[in-house]
Amino acid sequence: MTEATTSARELTVGVGAGGLATADMVLNIGPQHPATHGVLRLRIVVDGERIVSAEPIIGYMHRGAEKLFEVRDYRQIIVLANRHDWLSAFANELGVVLAVEDMLGMEVPQRAVWARTLLAELNRVLNHLMFLGSYPLELGAITPVFYAFREREELQAVMEEASGGRMHYMFNRVGGLKEDLPAGWLGRVTEAVAAVRRRLPDLERLLVGNEILEARTRGVGVLSRDLALGHGVSGPIARASGVDVDLRRDTPYLGYGELFGPGGPGRVVTLEAGDCLARLEVLLEQTRVSLDLADACVDRLAGLPQGPINVKLPKVLKVPEGQIYCATENPLGFNGYYLVSRGDKTPWRLKLRSASFNNVSVLAEMLPGQLIADMVAILGSMFFVVGDIDK
Amino acid sequence: MSDLGWLEVVLRAVAVLAGFLVLPLLVGQTEHKVMAHMQGRLGPMYAGGFHGWAQLVADGVKFVQKEDVVPARADRWAFRLAPGVALVPCLIALALIPLSPNVVGAKVDASVLLVLAVIGVGIIGTLMAGWASANKYSLLGAMRAAAQLVSYELPMVLVVASVALAAGTLSLIGITQAWTPWWLLWQLPGAVVFFVAGLAELQRTPFDMPVADSEIVFGPYTEYTGLRFAFFLLAEYAGIVVMSLLFAVLFLGGWSGPWSGTLGWLWTLLKALVVAVVVIWFRVSWPRLREDQLQRLAWVWLVPIALLQLAVTAVGVVMMR
Repeated sequence: MTEATTSARELTVGVGAGGLATADMVLNIGPQHPATHGVLRLRIVVDGERIVSAEPIIGYMHRGAEKLFEVRDYRQIIVLANRHDWLSAFANELGVVLAVEDMLGMEVPQRAVWARTLLAELNRVLNHLMFLGSYPLELGAITPVFYAFREREELQAVMEEASGGRMHYMFNRVGGLKEDLPAGWLGRVTEAVAAVRRRLPDLERLLVGNEILEARTRGVGVLSRDLALGHGVSGPIARASGVDVDLRRDTPYLGYGELFGPGGPGRVVTLEAGDCLARLEVLLEQTRVSLDLADACVDRLAGLPQGPINVKLPKVLKVPEGQIYCATENPLGFNGYYLVSRGDKTPWRLKLRSASFNNVSVLAEMLPGQLIADMVAILGSMFFVVGDIDK
Repeated sequence: MSDLGWLEVVLRAVAVLAGFLVLPLLVGQTEHKVMAHMQGRLGPMYAGGFHGWAQLVADGVKFVQKEDVVPARADRWAFRLAPGVALVPCLIALALIPLSPNVVGAKVDASVLLVLAVIGVGIIGTLMAGWASANKYSLLGAMRAAAQLVSYELPMVLVVASVALAAGTLSLIGITQAWTPWWLLWQLPGAVVFFVAGLAELQRTPFDMPVADSEIVFGPYTEYTGLRFAFFLLAEYAGIVVMSLLFAVLFLGGWSGPWSGTLGWLWTLLKALVVAVVVIWFRVSWPRLREDQLQRLAWVWLVPIALLQLAVTAVGVVMMR
């Protein structure tokens, strides 16, 4: 206190690195790290726990899907296409067959259209439940994932009964579905959907009702609307930042025109906050909407007369010369296929625009200035699948 | 202590060691099963036959067989010593905590002081491990552990001082003998602070930031394998045992209960078990806080409440004398 008069002297008060020489540390998060669900790699520079810069390094899981598309016929492409985002296999198949059907000018039976809509929505619920379970894991809550998987099991049972698959369904065919739905299946779907809807509050109470989770996510990792638009962010993440876009409503395909039309159960969930909590809440609410949509599809299917569920295809399926861009609303965002055909049985080019690639690109802008603990909260809330980034 | 024969000293040491080896496994197995049932699972079901009772024994056998790896750039001595530094304080603390006036490893007059001093040493093992591993994640974890240390030590010492003040003694046996059910209300704020600070000291959810697996892999223990890793795990569960027993003795009246003359030790263990189950319950239901949020909690809530508790206790003591 005696030197208080010499005001020019710098005085370092308190604990920490202030006044000491410090060096920034380069830290590789991934490609093998518990928070990256696969092989995303973030190269971050940290000062203590504060992130100075972050760079997502991708490509560890690149499988050359687009090049492989070019040497497969359209039946085989579906097998490949459903793999990039392994949590949304049915939705991935859908884009391919819709594009091809459009180029062929093919009329798809009504029953197939509604069955596809139903399965796509069930697939969306499965995807969202996975993230509702895994995101709390990043924040250190170990129980929600078990609740989420209990519900997933319920829905996977009905998906498996119809398609034979639990993950990579391979149920879409050009012109419809592989085969008709099993007898009595619709009733079991209704039961499963009702069970999931009934127990969803159990999961919800562990998430949005929890003070600690709120403290970790509210105001953390705010993604502004402009930044979201600038990086082409789509899906639930964009909608949590107030970007009111959903291809199911905006460019209706399958049965969505009716579902999102006046009086339909469909609605687009948007929030303004753009933080981690908002992204989680959008996911939770979308799960409810999708359950409602699934119910509406079941009702619609039950009212349809018996009939075919696919179109008989020629031995060699050739798509006429031309090009088309077909975008669908995948659970994680826009999923687009740009198909260029030269009249062969394989595409000349099939470009894939996947949701996670764009959604993750924004990380380099969001992470600097955050703590490592918050980085994990943000990373988890970007809801990505590494296969969907690398393709 | 000088009146003890050497045989009795050895017997007591062996008894404490046995308790030290059995009780943490009991808590660990309870965690396996309680957590599993809370999450709609069964937990271990095969090892040992009956509901997987021998799971942790099997785990121990597995750990013993694993290679003991020391990273090339590690500080070898500190790296090897760290698990011991984490483990031994728990053993000493266990020897000091009485289960009943007669069932106690070592009778020490100022046992409260000694227990607090000893369990404060355990954290040094974590810091050593974090620094010696030559791993960035370990270093971050150690930094977090050190930052956490600042938050819980002060409120914990303050509330223990409050209990000692209420009883007028620094002996754990004396404190429990002075305990009356009225303390449950009188010392309630202190009990809450002690429990929260204890969780932070144990690095258990919601304060498990130093080992946050989704952020920094496993913090200071990332590079450990085999038996040394198992020692750290054992230290964590022995820590739960010590903290639960201490809570039972300081705030729940230890051995007081029906037939406390003969079954007193059982009462202490049961009360401690209830506390341990609450510790487990927290882990099942809550996510993890951030380090700065814990510090905010400590300075905005825990320290003021602890000081208030100390004042309330002082007033109470003066009024009743």
